[in-house]
Amino acid sequence: MLTYILRRILFMVPVTLAISLVAFIIIQLPPGDFITALTAQMAENNETLDPETLAALRDRYGFDQPMIVQYWKWITGIVFRGDFGQSFEWSRPVADLIWDRLGLTLIVSFATLVFVWVLAFPIGIYSAVRQYSWGDYIATFFGFIGLAVPNFLLALVLMYLSSRYLGASVGGLFSAEYVNADWSWGRVVDLLNHLWVPVIVLGTGGTAALIRIMRANLLDELKKPYVELARARGLSETRLLLKYPVRVALNPFISTLGWILPTLVSGAVVTAIVLSLPTSGPLLLNALFAQDMYLAGGFILLLSILTLIGTLVSDLLLAWLDPRIRYE
Amino acid sequence: MAPLIEVADLRTHFFTDEGVVKAVDGVAFTIPAGKTVCVVGESGSGKSITGRSILNMVPYPGRVLDGAIRWQPDGAPPVDLLALDPKGREIRAIRGKDIALISQEPMAALSPVHTIGNQMIETIRLHLGLTKADARARAAEMLAKVGIPRPKDRLDSYAFELSGGMRQRVCIALAVACGPKLLIADEPTTALDVTTQANILDLFRELRDALGVSILFITHDLGVVAEIADEVVVMYLGQVVEQGRVDDIFHRPLHPYTRALLGSVPRLTRHRPERLPTISGMVPSPFERPSGCLFHPRCDRFEQGLCDRSAPELDRYANDRVARCFKAGAGS
Amino acid sequence: MSELPVLERELPADRPADPKSTAVAGQWRLIWLRFKRHRLALWSGAIVLLIYFVAVFSDFIAPTTAGYYNADYTYAPPQRIRLWGEDADGQRHLLFVYGYEASVDPIALTRTYEINEDEVIGIGFFVRGEPYRFWGLFPTDIHLFGPTEAGQPFYLFGADRLGRDVFSRTVHGTRVSMSIGLIGVAISLALGILLGGVSGLAGGWLDEVIQRVIEFLKSIPTIPLWMGLAAAIPLNIHPLIVYFWITVILSLIGWTDIARIVRGRFLALKTEDFVTAARLDGCGQQRIIWRHMVPSFMSHLIASTTLAIPAMILAETALSFLGIGLRPPVVSWGVLLKEAQSILAVANAPWLFLPGLAVIVAVLALNFLGDGLRDASDPYGN
Repeated sequence: MLTYILRRILFMVPVTLAISLVAFIIIQLPPGDFITALTAQMAENNETLDPETLAALRDRYGFDQPMIVQYWKWITGIVFRGDFGQSFEWSRPVADLIWDRLGLTLIVSFATLVFVWVLAFPIGIYSAVRQYSWGDYIATFFGFIGLAVPNFLLALVLMYLSSRYLGASVGGLFSAEYVNADWSWGRVVDLLNHLWVPVIVLGTGGTAALIRIMRANLLDELKKPYVELARARGLSETRLLLKYPVRVALNPFISTLGWILPTLVSGAVVTAIVLSLPTSGPLLLNALFAQDMYLAGGFILLLSILTLIGTLVSDLLLAWLDPRIRYE
Repeated sequence: MAPLIEVADLRTHFFTDEGVVKAVDGVAFTIPAGKTVCVVGESGSGKSITGRSILNMVPYPGRVLDGAIRWQPDGAPPVDLLALDPKGREIRAIRGKDIALISQEPMAALSPVHTIGNQMIETIRLHLGLTKADARARAAEMLAKVGIPRPKDRLDSYAFELSGGMRQRVCIALAVACGPKLLIADEPTTALDVTTQANILDLFRELRDALGVSILFITHDLGVVAEIADEVVVMYLGQVVEQGRVDDIFHRPLHPYTRALLGSVPRLTRHRPERLPTISGMVPSPFERPSGCLFHPRCDRFEQGLCDRSAPELDRYANDRVARCFKAGAGS
Repeated sequence: MSELPVLERELPADRPADPKSTAVAGQWRLIWLRFKRHRLALWSGAIVLLIYFVAVFSDFIAPTTAGYYNADYTYAPPQRIRLWGEDADGQRHLLFVYGYEASVDPIALTRTYEINEDEVIGIGFFVRGEPYRFWGLFPTDIHLFGPTEAGQPFYLFGADRLGRDVFSRTVHGTRVSMSIGLIGVAISLALGILLGGVSGLAGGWLDEVIQRVIEFLKSIPTIPLWMGLAAAIPLNIHPLIVYFWITVILSLIGWTDIARIVRGRFLALKTEDFVTAARLDGCGQQRIIWRHMVPSFMSHLIASTTLAIPAMILAETALSFLGIGLRPPVVSWGVLLKEAQSILAVANAPWLFLPGLAVIVAVLALNFLGDGLRDASDPYGN
């Protein structure tokens, strides 16, 4: 078990490195560097930067030096100083902008994950045990709808319906009075009051997919001899169902965490833009539009690493649950 | 002596999308206490479903339509297992305690994610109500009884850590853990290699003698039958075609099907290199059952106008034997 | 020990075999026979064909061009097609829509529309309308259907903020949205077969590297990555090149699933008896791969590919919706849905959602079709 964890964590090192390279390449993709953009912007506002500051900035990011040096300066800045570079759009360090947003992204994603599991798990079991029942058909139908409707469309329709019939806007994560407030009990309650819309929007697709996975897994397991033997040993239906096939079908279910997390984070970005949530999505989009590349690159890097950690957790969870992996 | 269990006129059909499959269609036999009865037949003859019907756990879309399973241990008044609710408390108290099942694939019969001890202790506590420690001790004792070395350590192993033969021993230990009166062994040696098969058969014989348990042994392997059976039930297309004591069946088969089966067994005593006799034709499709005697299209004693017109009944013969043939015993 | 399977030998030659049980059918015919029984998949297949038909002939099928606008009808609601009825003069008409009575709010400057039952706009087939170039080649002004008199308002899905016909634009968008899925999948397929094949056949360190790359690509959240890459496409280049780059970007992740399937199949097939038999018969490596191994999983691959198309369509829609995928004047479903981005616009003109319906229908149909194909291509299924 210990070697498995160790191997799994070691594997993360090259992957993280590769992700940082990809993020850096994205930063470099638009023509020109950010100093050119900065001076252009300042010129527009009839301001100028004194040459000394410019030179200092050039030196800090290594703009006169080869790509590899620039990358080195960027990545060591992040690792050793927590310095993700400067956002010229906001004229603030990227690090200041990112963490708050990332925290809220994490909250939304985690809440959605819980929502997806809590919903998909019992419905998937029900669908498999009562195969071809009305409930199964309804679940399957909603499953397909959830699969086919793009997240942002669902968000739009929800917003439309609520503004039309409830007369209220459902965007955002906080009411006006809490947007810039410090964390307090009231703010938490306010957040929970707003959280359900993005969670439903984001969770529908994942729930649909997981119901199908759980149903298919469980249908496979229900036919296995160990289920029959458990019945032949005199166990009651509920007990044997929960202890054996559901437990075994749980493993592929857990391992879906590995891919559901990237999809959730992806979906969260688009949905957040539609619902104007103060998470990473809108800021990332703005940064990309404004070619504020250190901000964009920082987001892409951190979102990817977050997913990677999530995948690691799911792998470890799986190893803990499934002796076949643990003993490999 | 009264039989331990009596299967009477059992009919279990499967209602599939393509049509009704008469998996078991009028099966009747008895299992005397302390004896081993072998059910022999080709795949599709309904022998496994007969075993499941006794436990009243026929898989979907199968249904027991008719018949009775009279369970009368120790001369108690008979209980019809089929009359019990298949999910109810009474039948569950019998399953695993009085009647235990051993299945064909020892790998798939054990949970891949639970330890062996977990599954044994669960069963023991369920039926015998022991404390956890006592149940664990009993589980270890049972593993030792079926010849598993270091039984206490093995309780914490997973199924995939054991060899095929060891797994089947564990399955047997699990089956006998609560002191059953009847073991239903569904092809317990089929998935094993020949040496292991012989060891497991020895184990069955030991257990029968030591525990006095009756065994319903389902197999398609006549070699195994000769090794272990006291009595033999031969099935064809969901019907019993012949039942009798093992010596009688092997030396004086009454039904042409039994005779053909025995004829197709390779023997070392045959010296000349010759083609192994086979039974002509194939098992008919379950949806196109022959008229009259089910075996007549493949029978070497087929008589036009008789065998394809009317269905023979199970007739009684000397030595407590039964056979379902108009020409049973003729000209052998 | 003796076993009974001997009994299950085939019929002796002197007995006439049942023709039904021994009929010979090729792999593809068997797949078709199994697929035919799958009603939902069959219907979905028909819908998919229809959608692709619309995509090919979109400029002819649409009642007007994608760019045509009429400022008199901004945000006009959808018209209902009437099969028959009478106008104010008591004259009978077949197949028509009623015109609009527009009134302008003098303060808010918004238009409201009422149905004007006095104005009957007949629907005709092969009518003359806006001139266009069919497939960009042949100049013509014939449309499959439209108002009998050119220029009359004809808005089956309503109009957008410029008075453009949402229905025509949805039809036009079919070409871009559906082809992006198709081309993207083609690129994914080529990459997937190549890399998956190399991975499965060569094995060793090459396999190891490709597997790690796949794991890496799968662990990145796709939308932020796509966003980053798509945002780097310069704004001023030709829309066609943007289209090309978007497809390439979408294929970047898409190939991983196909590569996994191909690799898995090759690994499984390596040890199959029929491959060993072919090798013992003296077949060359190339012949074994192309004549024996590839055909045995081609059908499965096609099914998986079908299932990959909807993901591409959804991805294009999302990117274009955000404004970093395709941009006007290119018309795709995502571009059209961008019109529905502002809640204010949608509150007054919910018909701007209708292109989304096209997305849902296409994605559902492709999903059902893919599911049916996958079931049918499984040689061991019933």
